[in-house]
Amino acid sequence: MEQTLLIIVLAPLLAAIIAGFFGSLIGRVATHSITIAGVALSCALSAKVLYGLLHGAPVFDGPVYTWLVSDGIQMQVGFLVDRLSALMMVIVTFVSLMVHIYTIGYMRDDPGYTRFFSYISLFTFSMLMLVMANNLVQLFFGWEAVGLVSYLLIGFWYTKPSAIFANMKAFLVNRVGDFGFLLGIAGIVYLTGSVHYADIFAQADKIAGSTFELIPGQTWQAATVICICLFIGAMGKSAQVPLHVWLPDSMEGPTPISALIHAATMVTAGIFMVDRMSPLFELSETALSFVLVIGATTALFMGLLGIVNNDIKRVVAYSTLSQLGYMTVALGVSAYAGAFFHLMTHAFFKALLFLAAGSVIMAMHHEQDMRKMGGLRKYMPITYWTALLGTLALIGFPGFSGFFSKDALIEAVHASRIPGAGYAYFCVVIGVFITAFYSFRLIFLTFHGEERMDAHTREHLHESPWVVTVPLVLLAIPSVVVGWFTIQPLLFGGYFGSAIVVAENHDVLGELGKEFHGPAQFVLHALTGPAVWLAAAGVALAWFLYLKRPDLAARLRERSGILYTVLENKFYFDWFNEKVIAGGSRWLGMALWKGGDVALIDGAAVNGSARLVGWVASVARGLQSGYLYHYAFATIIGLSVLLAWLLWRS
Amino acid sequence: MIPLSHVLLLSGILFSLAVAGIFINRKNVLLLLMCIELMLLSVNFNFIAFSQYLGDLSGQVFVFFILTVAAAESAIGLAILVVLFRERKSINVEDLDSMRG
Repeated sequence: MEQTLLIIVLAPLLAAIIAGFFGSLIGRVATHSITIAGVALSCALSAKVLYGLLHGAPVFDGPVYTWLVSDGIQMQVGFLVDRLSALMMVIVTFVSLMVHIYTIGYMRDDPGYTRFFSYISLFTFSMLMLVMANNLVQLFFGWEAVGLVSYLLIGFWYTKPSAIFANMKAFLVNRVGDFGFLLGIAGIVYLTGSVHYADIFAQADKIAGSTFELIPGQTWQAATVICICLFIGAMGKSAQVPLHVWLPDSMEGPTPISALIHAATMVTAGIFMVDRMSPLFELSETALSFVLVIGATTALFMGLLGIVNNDIKRVVAYSTLSQLGYMTVALGVSAYAGAFFHLMTHAFFKALLFLAAGSVIMAMHHEQDMRKMGGLRKYMPITYWTALLGTLALIGFPGFSGFFSKDALIEAVHASRIPGAGYAYFCVVIGVFITAFYSFRLIFLTFHGEERMDAHTREHLHESPWVVTVPLVLLAIPSVVVGWFTIQPLLFGGYFGSAIVVAENHDVLGELGKEFHGPAQFVLHALTGPAVWLAAAGVALAWFLYLKRPDLAARLRERSGILYTVLENKFYFDWFNEKVIAGGSRWLGMALWKGGDVALIDGAAVNGSARLVGWVASVARGLQSGYLYHYAFATIIGLSVLLAWLLWRS
Repeated sequence: MIPLSHVLLLSGILFSLAVAGIFINRKNVLLLLMCIELMLLSVNFNFIAFSQYLGDLSGQVFVFFILTVAAAESAIGLAILVVLFRERKSINVEDLDSMRG
């Protein structure tokens, strides 16, 4: 078992090293063959591990290597492979494999071809380390490593100033989250003296009974403080309001990594982490409410931004933000399994949508503005149909995988009684309408309607090569069917076993499970709820505004005035960050530089002491008149004083 | 027999004259050298007086040492003075302030 797990992790790393250091020596074909082989091996072995777990193999939890021991705290490289991490491993490696194959087509003409393969293999390694960790330190290692690769890949085209800006932004915003995450880990180590999940969860009672006094006189539940700190880490990585600002900008990177990192896997690391930490989150209702409200806000308000964007990738990015908000809402109402279920379905259909968007971008000669597309359906049938399937999954068309995960999630929020659940229910239900509207706006603007591209581009329009379309098709299949087959075991069948802990009074999925009688009945039941009809209304509105009466959309935009301006400026988050946070930091730095460094340290301390010595010397110089009789006088007076002192003393 | 106090008084007067000579004289380096000689002499007086008074000869031995050193010192001093005069065309104390800080 241990050997298998090591191979799963190290195969992509080895491939990344070979591709990174020897890519230019061994050539393009060898590079992509090696990296794809590495990831395919990982994927196959992950599937084998999952299969084994499903058929009664025991959960693996053990150290592989002791990294360091400090003050009795063991920091080990170790794996915890239970049903939660095994399923995540399969998702990660599968999507990664699809993206590897797709990249052959997408990056065909790029000079950084081998570098790109090296990075995405390194990413797969990092993500697997994160997922398979059995302790918080290794989780944090993976967490930072995926952040690093994300940084490298957003800035992949490093000659583009906007890409450099975006990758720096992503890195800095993630630092904010990581700061919270580290504090959370520190709190756990402080209370339990261990970083291993098993030890920590065994001492959950101790954490539940402890309090922190952060401000004198104010005591807080330790569990609340720790969980909120951990969740701040998740907010950074999973791009929740207000730390979401980096994700739309990360679209500066090549499209395959938008699919792999910024939609399917890395951004869901925060969701995965909270799932993993469910025994702790269950201890604090306050933290869960916090999670819930943040998630609900992200789900609704980031979706709204998708409506006004014209960049095809950014629309999908805002949709990702919104869907991550849905997952976070599920975490907030303790439907951890629901969050994971949505994570899984989302990984498939969102990776699919991104790759489809990439296919469109390739055909359009790297034009991303949807206003210059239109009517692509007949030029790119495979891309069109797969994108349509992905979109239907995204908006929750009955029977598609996204429908099961999203509808179960909404039902769970409805059943929850935790503070903030009412607001969250409102957000997620309205969010369904918004999601349907912007998703079909994208489909209609891109694939339907009149052809708005210039003549030159139109002549060259053609379907993408098979390396691009095969991953699309392979991702479209699970996007459609995976929900139907997995909703029963994942949500209601106790698939996760002891990997996820839910307190009895929070167990909304358990309540839903009593009324669950198979996926078909679930579909029928959903037709009586508001979500499906709202989605239909969203599609209808998009059809009316963008296909039937395209002139109306422009008129609406002019009429809506301030509302549109606010959306156009992304709720002024970027403005606030750039002016207040970045500007304030710059001002503070300037003040410290001018005031502290130049004036105080350089002026007063360093040069000041030198000047003081100079002044004292200039005064003392007066004593050295050069006249012999002055010196003689001083000698005599000195002698007299000395003698007088000696006499007086005796 | 002259009492000890008289001799000491004389030596004190001589020493004070020498000190006053150094301070008051603003003109001549030669005078400074002579004043220093005078100081040494007054010290010698003290040595001899106490030697006589205490009946210890080592005081008088010291006087010989001091006389020897004083002779050497004035020889060097005068030599320096000659060189100085050649260099500066002056032995005026007021002009000799090149050591000023």
